[in-house]
Amino acid sequence: MIHFVLLISRQGKVRLTKWYSPYAQKERTKVIRELSGLILTRGPKLCNFVEWRGFKVVYRRYASLYFCMCIDAADNELEVLEIIHHFVEILDRYFGSVCELDLIFNFHKAYYILDEILIAGELQESSKKIVARLIAAQDSLVEAAKEEASSISNMIAQATK
Amino acid sequence: MALSGMRGLSVFISDVRNCQNKEQERLRVDKELGNIRTRFKNEKGLSPYEKKKYVWKMLYIYMLGYDVDFGHTEAVSLISAPKYPEKQVGYIVTSCLLNENHDFLRMAINTVRNDIIGRNETFQCLALTMVGNIGGKEFSESLAPDVQKLLISSSCRPLVRKKAALCLLRLYRKNPDVVNVDGWSDRMSQLLDERDLGVLTSVMSLFVALVSNNIEAYWNCLPKCVKILERLARNQDVPQEYTYYGIPSPWLQVKTMRALQYFPTVEDPNTRRALFEVLQRILMGTDVVKNVNKNNAAHAVLFEALALVMHLDAEKEMMSQCVALLGKFIAVREPNIRYLGLENMTRMLLVSDVQDIIKRHQAQIITSLKDPDISIRRRALDLLYGMCDVTNAKDIVEELLQYLNTAEFAMREELALKAAILAEKFAPDLSWYVDVILQLIDKAGDFVSDDIWYRVVQFVTNNEDLQPYAAAKAREYLEKPALHETMVKVSAYLIGEYSHLLARRPGCSPKEIFTIISERLPTVTTSTVAILLSTFAKILMHNHPADPELQEQIWSIFRKYESYIDVEIQQRAVEYFTMSKKGAALVDVLAEMPKFPERQSALLKKAEDAEVDTAEQSAIRIRSQQQTSSALVVTDQRPANGSMPTGQLGLVRMPSQNMEASVQDQPSSRDQELSNENGSINKVVPQEVSSADLLGDLLGPLAIEGPPVPAGPVEQKDQSLLSALEATPEAAGPLALAIVDDQPNSIQPIVNIAERFNALCLKDSGILYEDPHIQVGIKAEWRSHHGRLVLFLGNKNTSPLVSVRALILPPTHLKMELSSVPENIPPRAQVQCPLEVVNVRASRDLAVLDFSYAFGTAMVNVKLRLPAVLNKFLQPISISAEEFFPQWKSLSGPPFKLQEVLRGVKPLSLAEMANLFTSLHLAVIPGIDTNPNNLIACTTFYSESTRAMLCLIRVETDPADRTQLRITIASGDPTLTFELKECVKEHLVSIPMHAPPPVAVPVQPQSPVTPAAYNDPGAMLAGLL
Repeated sequence: MIHFVLLISRQGKVRLTKWYSPYAQKERTKVIRELSGLILTRGPKLCNFVEWRGFKVVYRRYASLYFCMCIDAADNELEVLEIIHHFVEILDRYFGSVCELDLIFNFHKAYYILDEILIAGELQESSKKIVARLIAAQDSLVEAAKEEASSISNMIAQATK
Repeated sequence: MALSGMRGLSVFISDVRNCQNKEQERLRVDKELGNIRTRFKNEKGLSPYEKKKYVWKMLYIYMLGYDVDFGHTEAVSLISAPKYPEKQVGYIVTSCLLNENHDFLRMAINTVRNDIIGRNETFQCLALTMVGNIGGKEFSESLAPDVQKLLISSSCRPLVRKKAALCLLRLYRKNPDVVNVDGWSDRMSQLLDERDLGVLTSVMSLFVALVSNNIEAYWNCLPKCVKILERLARNQDVPQEYTYYGIPSPWLQVKTMRALQYFPTVEDPNTRRALFEVLQRILMGTDVVKNVNKNNAAHAVLFEALALVMHLDAEKEMMSQCVALLGKFIAVREPNIRYLGLENMTRMLLVSDVQDIIKRHQAQIITSLKDPDISIRRRALDLLYGMCDVTNAKDIVEELLQYLNTAEFAMREELALKAAILAEKFAPDLSWYVDVILQLIDKAGDFVSDDIWYRVVQFVTNNEDLQPYAAAKAREYLEKPALHETMVKVSAYLIGEYSHLLARRPGCSPKEIFTIISERLPTVTTSTVAILLSTFAKILMHNHPADPELQEQIWSIFRKYESYIDVEIQQRAVEYFTMSKKGAALVDVLAEMPKFPERQSALLKKAEDAEVDTAEQSAIRIRSQQQTSSALVVTDQRPANGSMPTGQLGLVRMPSQNMEASVQDQPSSRDQELSNENGSINKVVPQEVSSADLLGDLLGPLAIEGPPVPAGPVEQKDQSLLSALEATPEAAGPLALAIVDDQPNSIQPIVNIAERFNALCLKDSGILYEDPHIQVGIKAEWRSHHGRLVLFLGNKNTSPLVSVRALILPPTHLKMELSSVPENIPPRAQVQCPLEVVNVRASRDLAVLDFSYAFGTAMVNVKLRLPAVLNKFLQPISISAEEFFPQWKSLSGPPFKLQEVLRGVKPLSLAEMANLFTSLHLAVIPGIDTNPNNLIACTTFYSESTRAMLCLIRVETDPADRTQLRITIASGDPTLTFELKECVKEHLVSIPMHAPPPVAVPVQPQSPVTPAAYNDPGAMLAGLL
């Protein structure tokens, strides 16, 4: 199982955190600090796995961002490595060539998308098409609600003219 | 892309990004937090939109690493908003900010439940996602039934059901009781028929969790998993969108194979064949490709397939294929594959028979120990540790010692510990072991824990031959100008005990020895000073003929330390000084340390207990499993200094009337040692054979010499030391006797003998018996009426086991011949004793192995049942319906055909029963009986008197009540029919005493060929009963 997902920039700034195992706030900060130290310092031609506190952290660097997922020691590392890539591909498709800035200003979208890919630290959907469709549906629901709200306020404005 | 409509949030994020330094950022964040706090205070004035915005800001600030200790209520309250946009934000932010232990979550349970049972699909999704991600025990109790309903509902769309599956998985992890095993095994089996791959992926994750806790309930799902694997890997029957770089859902393939690894075996020959076909395809068909992602995904599947093949213990050919693949992997350039190759090779060590093939890659693995990547180096270390045995220990340990020079600090302690353990376990000779440990301390003193040097002291103390060598080595090290303090300790200790053995060598006179040790005195810490003082006392004792000058030098040191600040040292100085004035008494008090009782290595225990990297733990687990499994170390040749201390152990074994004499020169227990050292016994602490206490391992005996220890031993020692001054040493002898004799029956088996026997009735190799000193394993081969068993007697100790005797008491129907059993088993060696068996006729009588050995004063005798049982002389045979029915008909009625209704049967599913039959060597033949609740099995029985004899078995079960069934057995030999029936019965009926004994109901055999008559076995059974 995936215990948590971290997105850290090369400068050590956190871009997304999702915890599937219970960590208290203090522990979370500590974990992030420890792992930043461990992962950001690794050279480019090393393997994508780091052994840490009896767990394994599978990570992959995309441009300036490190995507990290922490799994049990006996889990299949490559499978998780490709979950990371799956996630990145979906982000890429959604934002259209995603970059770090997209994830900074639209961090909430990244959370929505992650929730369609993982639940309980397990892969939920491996079809990019379906995830894209579900996210689009959510977006249109939000849009519809906004329009409804503005049309109501228009109506109120009309009526009170 | 800017945040649509949430300008405030975008502006805030920009502001934070534009901050020049951390201080500015903090100011900006604090200002925003203040703002949010005031806005939340008069919540009435907040529009849903504003509330949403502030909650997002809070999450952003939280992500930056600032404490956000308010606003949780607002986030949670958004969950109950009626509109989707607010609700969505509420759910997401809550699941990011809080964890399952938060009290605020409790407030939301009702709302969440309403969303789950409500009709709004999008709300259901949001609620299931949050519960799946952070739901705790309380959620588990109140929501599980609703979530289950959604999962199995036929009206729910896949997008809800897949979330329900994972949500249920979370709830199950929090509280396994929420999934009721009985109903779920069928339900799960249905869920695995799911066509939608999104749902199936989630369901498979749930299944893995369920099956990992309870295999028994889910045997029926095993064929389904194989089908899924066939569908994906062989037929490639998946929609385009579920292929990943051309590979049909690699994740689902991996998960499915993971699930299959929980089943101990795949018995059904057809399923097994299908599975192996798929696995073979994966093993052969995975090539290295350029595209990284495709390569990763393909290898994710491949490595999982490897794990499954290993688990299933496939044919040797397939195993060697796997090792060959792994051998290729550990040499490739791609670091991930290299890492995984090493990791999986370590796992492979668990599989017997491949160790030798793995050893061929030793050179490559040693190269990986120098890899630039620490992750890979750790794997290599782990693998080397795991694959080490007597044949390669020298090479591997020397590599590790060399690596110790360059290894980073993070790995040194682990390295040192591993090198020490391997050296101890697999030392081809003991002097080599001493060399290794001393080198280890010399090179990496800071990383060598006390246990390591305690252990070497134990070894030297227990092996007389080693003592002069160790003392000479210690003397050599003391020549070096700079020495690690641990080295000073161990050298001083060894020199103090054994330097008199070197007295005639140049540079080893008491005086010279004293000089080199006293040079160290000014530079060492208190705990070492204590040891040095003892060493001086010992030198003084060996000062014959007395050299007054040396005596005066040592006395002056004692006098100097009489007023030392540390009380322990002060006390030693005072006592040694006073005692040394008593002259002859000193010789008795400071006699050589007695042998330590045998016990598990504290190092190994430490390695098992220590909170270390999984990396390490995994290997240690493997190693220790090997230790307790049949893979005891085999030493073909006796250790070089083969004259193991049998003689001395002999003293210890002597009956009590002789003990007095032996105590004089070789006291045998820790307590006696204390008494001798101090001249009297104040407290006699009954000695335990294996002390559970890590420190107790050495600190007990060393307390006199060693650093100050907390707790018990010190108090005891202090008391005895105080009284030592007045007491006379002669008091020790007789008193000490009582203790040693006090443990005749203390050696208990550490395995359940009955369980082991039962297990071995169904399989051919395993452990028959084990206690702290010996492990008896068995490996059997059966061919028609012949059997060849090999008994493996493994000595777990560092001293030999003596007076080993093994006697076979065969029943009348078996001819058995045991090859000679050696009287002594050398330390840590395993001896193999072949045992030939010939079966004369059918009988359920058992052969017994009368086995005994002596250890110390204890004589151990056990009588073990041997698994040379009736079913071992069966050979499964598969026959067709055309052959079956004429045979079945021709054997009509008792005594050739017997029938019995069994009650109190262990409730087994048909698949489980088929498995059981297969392990009993009965071939289950599907398709002959048209009733799916019945089972037909065939086998041939071999004995000298009957030769091959066909046996036919039919079991009719009642699906409504699995605790009863009717069994019919037919063969051409009435005795065989009866004995086989009883034998099968023993395995079907549960043993508990309170169960009613199975009632035999003689029934007229009916013609079994008319399927119509068996349409309803339940009704039939009811009629019969």
